[in-house]
Amino acid sequence: MQLRTRALETILIEKGYVEQAAIDQLIETYEKKIGPRNGAQVVAKAWVDPKFRQWLFEDGTAAIGSLGFGGRSGNHLVALENTASVHNMVVCTLCSCYPWAVLGLPPLWYKSAPYRSRAVADPRGVLRDFGMELPKDTEIRVWDSTAELRYLVVPMRPAGTEGWSEGKLVELVTRDSMIGTGRPKHPGELP
Amino acid sequence: MNGGQDLGGTHGHGPVKPEPNEPVFHDEWEKRACALTLAMSAPGGWNLDMVRFARENRPPREYLSMTYYQIWFAALERMTKERGLVSDDEIEAGHSLYPPKPVRRVLSPGDVAKTLHRGGPTERDTNTKPVFAVGDKVRAKNINPLTHTRLPRYVRGHVGTIERVVGCHVFPDSNAHGGGENPQWLYTVRFDGRELWGADSDATIKVSVDAWEPYLSPTT
Amino acid sequence: MSGQDHDHHDHEHSELSETQLRVRALETVLTEKGYVDPAALDLLIETYEKKVGPRNGARVVARAWIDPAYRARLLKDGTPAIAEIGYAGRPGEHIVALENTPKLHNMVVCTLCSCYPWPVLGLPPVWYKSAPYRSRAVADPRGVLADFGVTLPKDTEIRIWDSTSEMRYLVLPMRPAGTEGWSEEKLAELVTRDSMIGTALPKSPKDIAK
Repeated sequence: MQLRTRALETILIEKGYVEQAAIDQLIETYEKKIGPRNGAQVVAKAWVDPKFRQWLFEDGTAAIGSLGFGGRSGNHLVALENTASVHNMVVCTLCSCYPWAVLGLPPLWYKSAPYRSRAVADPRGVLRDFGMELPKDTEIRVWDSTAELRYLVVPMRPAGTEGWSEGKLVELVTRDSMIGTGRPKHPGELP
Repeated sequence: MNGGQDLGGTHGHGPVKPEPNEPVFHDEWEKRACALTLAMSAPGGWNLDMVRFARENRPPREYLSMTYYQIWFAALERMTKERGLVSDDEIEAGHSLYPPKPVRRVLSPGDVAKTLHRGGPTERDTNTKPVFAVGDKVRAKNINPLTHTRLPRYVRGHVGTIERVVGCHVFPDSNAHGGGENPQWLYTVRFDGRELWGADSDATIKVSVDAWEPYLSPTT
Repeated sequence: MSGQDHDHHDHEHSELSETQLRVRALETVLTEKGYVDPAALDLLIETYEKKVGPRNGARVVARAWIDPAYRARLLKDGTPAIAEIGYAGRPGEHIVALENTPKLHNMVVCTLCSCYPWPVLGLPPVWYKSAPYRSRAVADPRGVLADFGVTLPKDTEIRIWDSTSEMRYLVLPMRPAGTEGWSEEKLAELVTRDSMIGTALPKSPKDIAK
């Protein structure tokens, strides 16, 4: 595969269809710059700021855009609120649609057959694979990203974080908790 | 199970490619794999429904990339190992390392013709009466068992007509998993092509499946 | 093992595929344990390689073309009618004959695996067991027929029978024109395997004219 990709890249550059520097920039952006830290900032803000929280659920794109995040796979963002009785989970059964703008590129498991096939049919089984068990009467909402809407789960704020700054809360928000396959860390889990 | 084997109506597999003057077997090992499978059902103590499940019960990616007899052989390996008749290290070694287990019956050459001729009829006597009659409208249930079933996905939830009351037959959904034969009334159910494939599809098509009573609900 | 035997053994191994090796290994183990008898295996192979095949079904069809009473019996209950000619057994315990007419064309598939009327047609061809046929027969039978070079009139109803149970289906194609007075034996030559599955029409007299 390495040889074939390298060959095609060389040809496309030689023909002037793509520029080497642009490709490098793209790689750098998604490898280092855009990642779940963006989404964590959104969530942390929603935990401390009730007005932002309300705005976030009313108009995810605008609220998230106000923090400087948006663009590709972030043009139509919907924030999903986890509560004591409702747990949200996001999947793209048909391919791998994912809110790049706030979470970066999706992990391999998100794009693979086991998750894509089971999330919509057996979410509790999938959560168990992640070591997560929800109460029997919690409603599980699975969102299949079949169009251009991209979903960001806003997990519940962990107990014992009263008075924490946004900056400190960000540390608790994991990528998986924003997909819906994990919980945020709790205070005891921080180094 | 909703596995790789449930192919009806799926796309992307390309055209049908018949091989002119195709031999019955394409390789010596195919012959052996076929014959071994047939000969092991008695000593193995399994039934055909168990065999089918053993074949289909694998990741779809594997199922779709294996050849027909590779699937047969994989299932044969799995079932003989599961029943403790052979072990992995014996297959690696290529010969028996441990004493055999006692088995009920071994197929002798003299019995081959008779056994093939007798086959394995699945009709059973019953005191029950069929719930449905010819002409009845029925809806195929939306069942999605992880275990063996013979109700393909492409008919589930759709309405068809009872074309034939076949008889009371061994029920694969039970028989494949040690639940016994549990015979159920079997019907041939006819579906309109447009019911299955949408209003834009070919109006001249009708598809039937043979469905056991537990697969069907009455409807008007 | 002598040095020479060992060299021969290695040379053989290097030529065989992994599956081939495993099949051979399993057969050896099963034979050594007495679970299978190699002579029985050979007989099974011979039966399906040489003895049981579409010639059986062709005889059934030819007889139905010639003998209206037999045809009626065959369509009423396939299993005993086929047994009359001497074919029976696994898996063919429950055979249903499907009558093609100018208005109706029948086609048989097993979307879930490869169920096929062995006693009258032998073992199924690879295409019958493969994904393209299994996926498309029930959804796009005309497309499948096109792959076989067959086009039916637009208003012909096409019935596809998905063999999901132990019922096995045998298509009874229409008797070709220009065969009046032909013997059963000669008629049987026109009946192709694919015409009994429903993916082809029988040969016509000019196809076999020499």
